[in-house]
Amino acid sequence: MVNAEGVHKRFGRLEVLKGITLQVMPGEVMCLLGPSGSGKSTFLRCINHLEKINSGRLSVDGELVGYRQMGAKLHELREAEVARKRSEIGMVFQNFNLFPHMTAEQNVTCAPMRVKKLPRDDAAARSRELLDRVGLAGKVDTYPSQLSGGQQQRVAIARALAMDPKLMLFDEPTSALDPELVGEVLGVMQQLARDGMTMVVVTHEMGFAREVADSVVFMDAGVVVESGRPADVLNNPREERTRAFLSKVL
Amino acid sequence: MPSDEVTHAEGRPEDIRAVPVRRPGRWVAAAVVLVIAVAIVRSVVTNPHFEWSVVGHYMFDERVLEGLRVTIELTVIAMAIGIVLGLLLAVMRLSPNPLVSGGSWLYIWFFRGTPVLVQLLFWYNIAALYPKIGLGIPFGPAFVHPNANTLITPFTAAILGLGLNEGAYMAEITRAGIISVPEGQADAARSLGMTRLQTMRRIVLPQAMRVIIPPTGNETISMLKTTSLVSVIAVADLLYAVQNIYSTNFKTIPLLIVASIWYIVCTSVLYVGQYYLERYYGRGSSTERQGPLVERVLRGVLSFRRGGEHSRPGAGEHR
Repeated sequence: MVNAEGVHKRFGRLEVLKGITLQVMPGEVMCLLGPSGSGKSTFLRCINHLEKINSGRLSVDGELVGYRQMGAKLHELREAEVARKRSEIGMVFQNFNLFPHMTAEQNVTCAPMRVKKLPRDDAAARSRELLDRVGLAGKVDTYPSQLSGGQQQRVAIARALAMDPKLMLFDEPTSALDPELVGEVLGVMQQLARDGMTMVVVTHEMGFAREVADSVVFMDAGVVVESGRPADVLNNPREERTRAFLSKVL
Repeated sequence: MPSDEVTHAEGRPEDIRAVPVRRPGRWVAAAVVLVIAVAIVRSVVTNPHFEWSVVGHYMFDERVLEGLRVTIELTVIAMAIGIVLGLLLAVMRLSPNPLVSGGSWLYIWFFRGTPVLVQLLFWYNIAALYPKIGLGIPFGPAFVHPNANTLITPFTAAILGLGLNEGAYMAEITRAGIISVPEGQADAARSLGMTRLQTMRRIVLPQAMRVIIPPTGNETISMLKTTSLVSVIAVADLLYAVQNIYSTNFKTIPLLIVASIWYIVCTSVLYVGQYYLERYYGRGSSTERQGPLVERVLRGVLSFRRGGEHSRPGAGEHR
């Protein structure tokens, strides 16, 4: 589903990603772990082209992200094409980024109506179904400011799911939550994983990585230090850096 | 919540009833203000030079009402031009293309840097600079070239002068509004597959409005008063109308009062409109629950008696 080969990303002179190579299979749940500043979030943002990569190759579902290959040359995609590809990839942010001037339902129906041109009634019906699925059936007409952090993040998940994505990206979805609210969000994500969604999750929740992930990737300073099955990487890390990190968070 | 029910069942604990602190300074200040106010009112009522009967006579004079109509028309058109132009210039200013953003910067620099009265006079005398104004291919042949004097009437000159000037100010206000919206909002919209234009229109601008509306209200009120400058270029606005009248009957003060009353009536109406507009664009934010305008004003007056504490019932109770 996601195929990265030697992905580099620089911000000015600062090199954030120094050659990331990894693969995510359809239906796989991959957790990206690592200390802050290791490039996990940047890599996630590269996958749906919120950040442009400087070198290497990155493709989703067999198609290059942000470019089209014609012969030996790469052509940048036009804005509408980038937008269409983004619409197939859902993203959930650390700070929820719900649209504060819209109710929960409007947050969820907005993109299907504007981007997919779905009729209002269909979008609304689908939105109710999704809000019900994340356990917020009663909060349809509530504005984000009146919801708790955990509820906001669940609306954000429903909003991303409304576009029927083939891939979901989670950027530290529980890091901004009060500890007692983390569980409700992880629960929704776990259910999503069980339903077969392909997911790439940047997280510090080791319990989630251990139980839900099919694979974990440990990143540090812009490179993949080690990757493998959660049990192997979390219980018997081969690399010293992984061991040092895990000893601090576990 | 179970804990709440328990307290209710046992009856609420008694509220504290303490003797309030005496505030003599406050009473002295109030007395001073009151004395000054009475003195002003007394002088206004008893001074015969105000000639209130003349004020009443001209209040609804046809010429005055016609002037008022022109003033309102100028305000509406100039503000409309200003808002549209401001939005365009603000988006241009934020463009990655240096020529586009530079052009916007230059425009704002020029129109904010010169007095609006000078600009009005410029537009009024534009025929001296460009006797003919052609419409056609740049540096090529023109299809139509009407005479500047017939095209730029005093009213058009007024609209151009006020509108183009306002555009520069509105651009800065709009830009401030746009950059006040967190970047994560645009990230979220784009990750859902919205284009730049959709993101701007559906997500960023509606939120920017909360920041844009209050200063825009001020600009509108200010514009209503600035239109009085156009009397200089012979546009028959409210001020020009009363000037015309008192130049023949010499009732200068009463007629200026007539104009002032109309100006203050219009700005008061705008205040109320601004309040409701702010409430609309504040939806979803925590400051929206303030109750209607009248209630808020009353509460402000009453709070003096209650010792000046600003209690906002209901604030922060939801979550």
